[in-house]
Amino acid sequence: MLRRIGVLLVATTVVIGTGAGVSAQRPPTVAAAANLNFALTEIANQFKADRGTSVEVVFGASGTLTRQIQDGAPFELFLAADEEFPNQLAKAGLTRDAGVVYAVGRLVIFAPNGSALTVDERLNGLARVIKSGKAGRFAIANPDVAPYGKAAESVLRKRGLWDAIRPQLVLGDTIAQAAQFATTGNAIGGLVAYSLVLGPGFAERGKYAVIPETDHQPLRQRMVLLKRAGATATQFYDYLQGTSAKAILRKHGYGVPQ
Amino acid sequence: MDWTALRVSLWLGAGTIAILLPFGIWFGRLLAIHQFRGKVFVEALVTVPLVLPPTVLGFYLLVMFGARSPLGQAFQSLVGQTLPFSFEGLLLASAIANIPFVVQPIQRGFEAIPSDVRDAAACCGLTPWQRFARIEVPLAWPGILTAAILTFAHTLGEFGVVLMVGGNLPGETRTLSVAIYDRMQAFDDRSAGVMAATLLVIAVATLMLTTTLSRRVGVRRG
Repeated sequence: MLRRIGVLLVATTVVIGTGAGVSAQRPPTVAAAANLNFALTEIANQFKADRGTSVEVVFGASGTLTRQIQDGAPFELFLAADEEFPNQLAKAGLTRDAGVVYAVGRLVIFAPNGSALTVDERLNGLARVIKSGKAGRFAIANPDVAPYGKAAESVLRKRGLWDAIRPQLVLGDTIAQAAQFATTGNAIGGLVAYSLVLGPGFAERGKYAVIPETDHQPLRQRMVLLKRAGATATQFYDYLQGTSAKAILRKHGYGVPQ
Repeated sequence: MDWTALRVSLWLGAGTIAILLPFGIWFGRLLAIHQFRGKVFVEALVTVPLVLPPTVLGFYLLVMFGARSPLGQAFQSLVGQTLPFSFEGLLLASAIANIPFVVQPIQRGFEAIPSDVRDAAACCGLTPWQRFARIEVPLAWPGILTAAILTFAHTLGEFGVVLMVGGNLPGETRTLSVAIYDRMQAFDDRSAGVMAATLLVIAVATLMLTTTLSRRVGVRRG
């Protein structure tokens, strides 16, 4: 009996294993910065409703995705959270052209319900908590791989809080992870993407204040078609510059180029 | 619940067993029966993936087979796709990571066969192949089965190397364990919870199966 089970197990795995090439025809894969989580999902759904074709979106930190593209990941379109990463890919000859800026992102300071932190656009509340010595963890995205993390760092530097808060920082791999730390009460708060706190369920989790655009390098978000882009990815690229996509982006807190 | 991710996970588990089991039986038996110089070193080498951080394996695979390496470019011109960020690449990574899980139980299984039994079989006029197929494999069977089950369970739980080498491509390299992370990042705690519970159930069931099977074998033998 036992032996028969064993033989069966080996036989099936051999059969399965040799035929394991997963299906061939799939929609094109789009790599997108994590701040686009809610907005791009909505745009992709709208695109499918309007055009009848779909795209598959993978979210991650812009730096991580750039690295993956350089190592050969099969993405057809890349929506970054800044201009530097797409430019880097364009310089390496991996893109069709220089691409376009599709949105301008904003940062907010977020404090979950019950946090000792009060939020205001000049970060006075944060300075007070730090001075009181009672500051818990504060979440931002990793400045090395996430442009929103880099922007958060410059805001904190501008307000003279960077050195004091550094030991308290928790770094998210992506701005989405930072938002998770900030909103689930695991931190006193964080500097996260405006587009994420406008997402479903966030309003009741805490309070936020939008950081003035002039306090950091503008989060001009560029997208590029990669060399391997096919017809559907190109259509989606054009669609993202159309009026309905722009309306969705605006609704999610982005500035949109004219 | 991400069914595609579950499918990728199951394929990966099955594929890893299919690749590793023949190798494990050959190599585990070799280590069990033969004494040779440098055996300690070979055994250590085989066990290394057990203690190595997955990031080390991921790093080397990306550096060796990525689109920027000569080897990766050669592979790409042949197949049209790099090994990283493909299902085949994951399979390779998973096969390497699981070597100790397959070799060790099989080696123990063959070691448990007394050499008298092998000698007696030879005296009875059985050919080496008959000895292997009719005497040794049935006796070492619990070890082989344990190896297969452990490999499968471990592959399902693999996370670090999958994320590094595979990226997070739906239908290709997004396994269930990566899908949980992905859903968490997308603030979709409900789906993440369902999938986490699924993996927990599978893990417990697998381990119960291993224990039950090995116990039953023990009883039958005794």
